[in-house]
Amino acid sequence: MNDEDDEILQDSILKVKGLTMRFGGVVAVNDLSFTAERHRITALIGPNGAGKTTVFNCITGFYKPTGGLMLLTHDNGRIILLNQLNDFRISKQAKVARTFQNIRLFPGMTALENLMVAQHNALMLASGFTFLGLIGAPSYRSAEKHAIDQAKRWLDRIGLLERADDAAGNLAYGDQRRLEIARAMCTEPALLCLDEPAAGLNARESSALSELLISIRSEGTSILLIEHDMSVVMEISDHIVVMDYGVKIAEGAPQAVRDDPKVVAAYLGADEEEAAAVMEGGT
Amino acid sequence: MTVASPDLTQASRREAVAFILKKALISGFVALILFSLMIGVRTEAGPTGQLIYWTRFGDLATIVAIVFGGSIVVELLRQWWGPVGIATVIPPTVQSALGIAGRALPPLLLVFALLVPIVFYDQRYVIDTGIQVLTYVMLGWGLNVVVGLAGLLDLGYVAFYAVGAYSYALLATYFGLSFWICLPLAGILAALWGVLLGFPVLRLRGDYLAIVTLAFGEIIRLVIINWQSLTGGPNGISPIPRPTLFGIPLTPGPDGLAARIGIEFSPTQRIVFLFYVILALALLTNWVTIRLRRLPIGRAWEALREDEVACRALGINTTTTKLTAFATGAMFGGFAGAFFATRQGFISPESFTFQESALVLAIVVLGGMGSQLGVALAALTLIGGFELFRGFDQYRMLVFGMAMVLLMIWRPRGLIGHRAPTVFLRQNTAISSELAREGRG
Repeated sequence: MNDEDDEILQDSILKVKGLTMRFGGVVAVNDLSFTAERHRITALIGPNGAGKTTVFNCITGFYKPTGGLMLLTHDNGRIILLNQLNDFRISKQAKVARTFQNIRLFPGMTALENLMVAQHNALMLASGFTFLGLIGAPSYRSAEKHAIDQAKRWLDRIGLLERADDAAGNLAYGDQRRLEIARAMCTEPALLCLDEPAAGLNARESSALSELLISIRSEGTSILLIEHDMSVVMEISDHIVVMDYGVKIAEGAPQAVRDDPKVVAAYLGADEEEAAAVMEGGT
Repeated sequence: MTVASPDLTQASRREAVAFILKKALISGFVALILFSLMIGVRTEAGPTGQLIYWTRFGDLATIVAIVFGGSIVVELLRQWWGPVGIATVIPPTVQSALGIAGRALPPLLLVFALLVPIVFYDQRYVIDTGIQVLTYVMLGWGLNVVVGLAGLLDLGYVAFYAVGAYSYALLATYFGLSFWICLPLAGILAALWGVLLGFPVLRLRGDYLAIVTLAFGEIIRLVIINWQSLTGGPNGISPIPRPTLFGIPLTPGPDGLAARIGIEFSPTQRIVFLFYVILALALLTNWVTIRLRRLPIGRAWEALREDEVACRALGINTTTTKLTAFATGAMFGGFAGAFFATRQGFISPESFTFQESALVLAIVVLGGMGSQLGVALAALTLIGGFELFRGFDQYRMLVFGMAMVLLMIWRPRGLIGHRAPTVFLRQNTAISSELAREGRG
């Protein structure tokens, strides 16, 4: 590893190098490399079918990539090779949390219960792998109280404290989106991966979402974001990676990406004027 | 569909009549096709082996007429009731009354269960039926952990019941261990088998899981039948020692409980004792399950039923979570099996057929998946009902089949169609099971 790489690892939380994912003969992601900075919001954008969600699934352990490296560096300097972890260990050990494009809450459980399930690993430890909890040990009781407080704090933050005891499936669409983010945050992640969090939200809801994401960033959680809503992307992203047909076509600050002719072409063919209008802010 | 309204015009009335007649005609036609061979023609082998047959068109006509008429009656009733939506509007006073009744029901049932042996002391039949019901309540509560909470469809639950029963029978007859030592051992052995079954089927979901568990149940039964040297094969094991009260046997001799406390011996004493043993075991199952539901492991089970992918994204080890569900359910099955063995004094593979698994699963589904009270009520209805309808003789199963079909039409989510949250901030509002997923394994 040369000096340049070392430097990047210092202040980057996630470094993806040469990531490739093949499904049979289809190459969904081809030799993709990018870096997500620590305590920043990195957006991954691109037209439908560009391979963004596939990248997410590789990072969060749902797919095993065909090739490439994914390095996660924690605040304490610990480096984790995400390729070696799979399934639930990505969330448990690497502290990478995610949300889903189509919301995946536990619909028959209350909003509060959803947030309690997210704190499973911490609570499991506190309950002495169920045995201490079964006999009602005081240490478990205080841990549970702490978990409920944490859940309450998040419910308050996303404005759902009043609806804590309602089934998640009964909440409005926008509320469900925010609850899913809160649930991911209850696992206390170092990196939060959001798959189209603003999809289906109205203008007011998506500006509230932007505020929430900015406040999460300011508290020290790095965010990786897939989003189609350009007003959200341009407003909150620190860094944007543009993908098309599985490869990276551009990268940089929002302003630079917006003016990049390749990006404009990818989104709307060659008509730059029209494309520029869309990139202005989704109006 | 036309609903009766004050200004019902002639045209709409004619339309409604035509609709009803059309439906009845279609039903009658379907009945005609279905029953033409089943009832219309009767075949039998003649004295020399040739086929003889005769027709019973009179019976066929009666059946078709019943279906035709029944269809008209059902449609008229439906029109008279109006749209189904009306049934869901219940006045708040009635709702609150129902709520109070619902909360009072479990303690009332418990008091009733405690009083059964005292009230019916001289009716051995009633106490025996009570023991039978409680055994199935316990099995239902055990399977409820696997099916109702974790959402893993297990069709081979009887295997763990068998493991428990044979564990006790073999340990007691070969090594002379007492019931109270064997009981935990039977539970542990059954739980081990649960884990053993769990491992290979972890990757399977839904229907596939159901098939493998079904096969597992059969394997256990076939092994018991064929391992003659150990299990006695189809002849079973007997006599199996009866349980004792802290080492004091419930027998007529001078060592017996009756002689020691100076009362007259009666065989009913042992039955009453068994009744309280199974009641205590069932209550233990219930208490542990309720406790587990409020612990992280219980929440993880329910989350697994709701969405397995989301569980993995939250860092929950779905493998161990499923295994613990299997093991916990199996352990309770093992306890119930050990009790069954000591109660009967004789066990054979015939007691552990698929029918038992199906019955226990029916209790869980009928009760409302995940609901402890619902499972208890369903066991009472099903097992108690079996006894109650003994008079119907050969039509008993028919009556039961029909009752279950009707119940599933009216209450597709079971008797208790809602789940109570495991933790709440302000108020404990029940969640309709419409929202909860059934789990796909």
